[in-house]
Amino acid sequence: MSATTAIHPLNIAFIGNPNSGKSTLFNALTGLHQKTGNYAGVTVDKYTGSLVYATPQKQYAFTITDLPGTYSLYAKAPDEEVSTKMVLNQNALSDVIVIVVDASNLKRSLVLATQVLDLKRPSVVVLNMIDEAQKQGISIDKKILEQDLGVEVVFIDSRQKIGIDELKQAIVQAKSSTVSFYDVKAASRFEEAQKGFAGVLRLQFGTQASALKHYESSDLMYRHSVINYILSKALKNPAQLRLKLFSERLDKLLTHQWLGYLIFLAILTLIFQSIFSLSEIPMGWIENGVLATQNFLSEQLPPGELTNLLVNGIVSGIGGIVIFIPQIALLFLFIGVLEDSGYMARVSFIMDKVMRPFGLNGKSVIPLMSGVACAVPSIMGTRTISNFKERLITILILPLISCSARLPVYTLLVSVMVSENPNGSVFFNAKGFILLLLYLMGFVAALLVAFISKKLIRQTSKSYFVMEMPLYRLPQLKNLMLLAYNKVRIFLIDAGKIILSISIVLWYLSSHGSAKFDEINTQNEFSANTSKAQLLLENSYAGQMGKFIEPVIKPLGFDWKIGIALLTSFAAREVFVGTMATIYNANDSENTDTIRDKIMAERDAITQVPIYNTAVCWSLLLFYAFAMQCMSTMAVVKRETGSWKWVIIQFLFMSALAYGSAFSVYQLLA
Amino acid sequence: MKTLVDLKLGEEGVISAFQHDTDLKNKLIGMGCFPGETIRINKRAPLGCPIAVDVAGYQLSLRQEEADCIILQSE
Repeated sequence: MSATTAIHPLNIAFIGNPNSGKSTLFNALTGLHQKTGNYAGVTVDKYTGSLVYATPQKQYAFTITDLPGTYSLYAKAPDEEVSTKMVLNQNALSDVIVIVVDASNLKRSLVLATQVLDLKRPSVVVLNMIDEAQKQGISIDKKILEQDLGVEVVFIDSRQKIGIDELKQAIVQAKSSTVSFYDVKAASRFEEAQKGFAGVLRLQFGTQASALKHYESSDLMYRHSVINYILSKALKNPAQLRLKLFSERLDKLLTHQWLGYLIFLAILTLIFQSIFSLSEIPMGWIENGVLATQNFLSEQLPPGELTNLLVNGIVSGIGGIVIFIPQIALLFLFIGVLEDSGYMARVSFIMDKVMRPFGLNGKSVIPLMSGVACAVPSIMGTRTISNFKERLITILILPLISCSARLPVYTLLVSVMVSENPNGSVFFNAKGFILLLLYLMGFVAALLVAFISKKLIRQTSKSYFVMEMPLYRLPQLKNLMLLAYNKVRIFLIDAGKIILSISIVLWYLSSHGSAKFDEINTQNEFSANTSKAQLLLENSYAGQMGKFIEPVIKPLGFDWKIGIALLTSFAAREVFVGTMATIYNANDSENTDTIRDKIMAERDAITQVPIYNTAVCWSLLLFYAFAMQCMSTMAVVKRETGSWKWVIIQFLFMSALAYGSAFSVYQLLA
Repeated sequence: MKTLVDLKLGEEGVISAFQHDTDLKNKLIGMGCFPGETIRINKRAPLGCPIAVDVAGYQLSLRQEEADCIILQSE
């Protein structure tokens, strides 16, 4: 009896080629029992999951790490390096290595398998998607394969209906292979070969990396000949290339000269529209929920500093984080469908030549387009771009695309501007035209900055486009849901911390002030044209800062009141409208027209000239179009690039662009 | 010397060696472009580059200048 109560922990690493169905298998085994994080020092997502496996004799607690997909243990990219290091390191969390292999493409995928087996660590080989291989007419002799590879081989079908229990059993019984698949004699020129193939592989991270490069191809070719020999015995009716008819036909359509672009445009429009419109409903719920919580708390709790902090600092800060969930979830559901179906590779294929002059990648297109909805999920979505420089440039230019948070600001200012010059006609909607112009300017600025960055950022790794075009597959719902769930969680935990702290700082600045502030706070009577909220904001630290920066923003046509709005907008751009409402004492902040009328009535104290003339409106519009006023974006850029360096660079160039363009347009028009 | 770039759509050849770039050579071999394997141009992107090839039982896409690194056997 005592034997069954003890739980044996077992650490397992999953390794395999991209598109081998490795992550699908990982999801099937661990489901919601997953944790996400980062590998130390690199921006590569780490997925671990757990499950309990009980045999009549023993109970095991599996901890599975799903390593990034790779074609070879000779790493070519940061994520592949993680995989190599994890299996090379004896102390790394893997007692057993599960090598996941695409059963329909053994010739290629056994290269990685034999490399891992040469490490002489307890291993199991999984022949995944065995049903698809059988459909292509491939029949595999498991016995011969097990004999020649020296470890247990498990067949699993693409729906994970068969082979799962067998895999769990094989894991607890796993042994290391006694067969060697590399040219031991050729390797002996390296002193490290005394420590086996693992010793040779470690050279790639040391000073002898270039010597290893020349050994690499001969090692791969040696393996190829060994694999060909094994497969000549184990494979019957080897696959013919021409069997993949469905994918071929779909490719004729999706990579067609002009139909391909048309279909891509249609899919983009669908994604962009859906993120915009579908997320509106849950975002409304979240907004109302936050409001209700705030009301409930301020009614239930005694008034005071702590309640104020909780209601206006913490709850509204959390609300500002949670509001992003619908958009992040939706975008990743779409990206998941595009990736898992195999369409993303086709997008890269048809867009590569268009994007390359700008230092971008075919895969940059989808994040850039979804940036019109929101930069935050889009920046997280750039992970699909494997080249670091191309991914970095995409991240850097993304916040220049006009996102949905700018829309309320645009709407307010454009309506102020157009009502002043009512020269539109039925056929020409001036408001719509200005809006379109603003969006276009965002795209043009983004491409220009991309072009400049391409010249300035030194190439850290060569940009190769050697990429697998996987067969089309139907995405699995479970995979998509888990992807969205994990991305939302990463955002909440990593970016949420930063966003919450900045919200609390901003809350403090706008709700506290020097002696005058406290004096107003105790007063109860105010003149008819000023309100308490208005006076409080004016005398808060934020108000003082607004006055302090006035000399700097004067050349742009902004006064200190706009200065306050610029500062509070740093939390999120749409806060501009609410702040304007408070500053100009518009009681109904929900109704933009009230604010518009107040703003339009604003006159210069001395000259009695309207403050919000065309020049100031254009200046503000351009400032909001180009300035980095979104702490959520900055938090996500920090997470995705791994350092504050790029956050600061991005903030500086966007500020310069915003200030420069606002200055030019104001000086030109005023 | 004939390289992959010289093949027309639908034509095939046999990989013999690589030129220009050791890193790219290693990457291509790691992805299944072994000397002795048959390689066939499956399609071209609408703007002429990149191209997609059938090799080692699957489809691989690569740019023109990358294709130029793959030397084919002369018949």
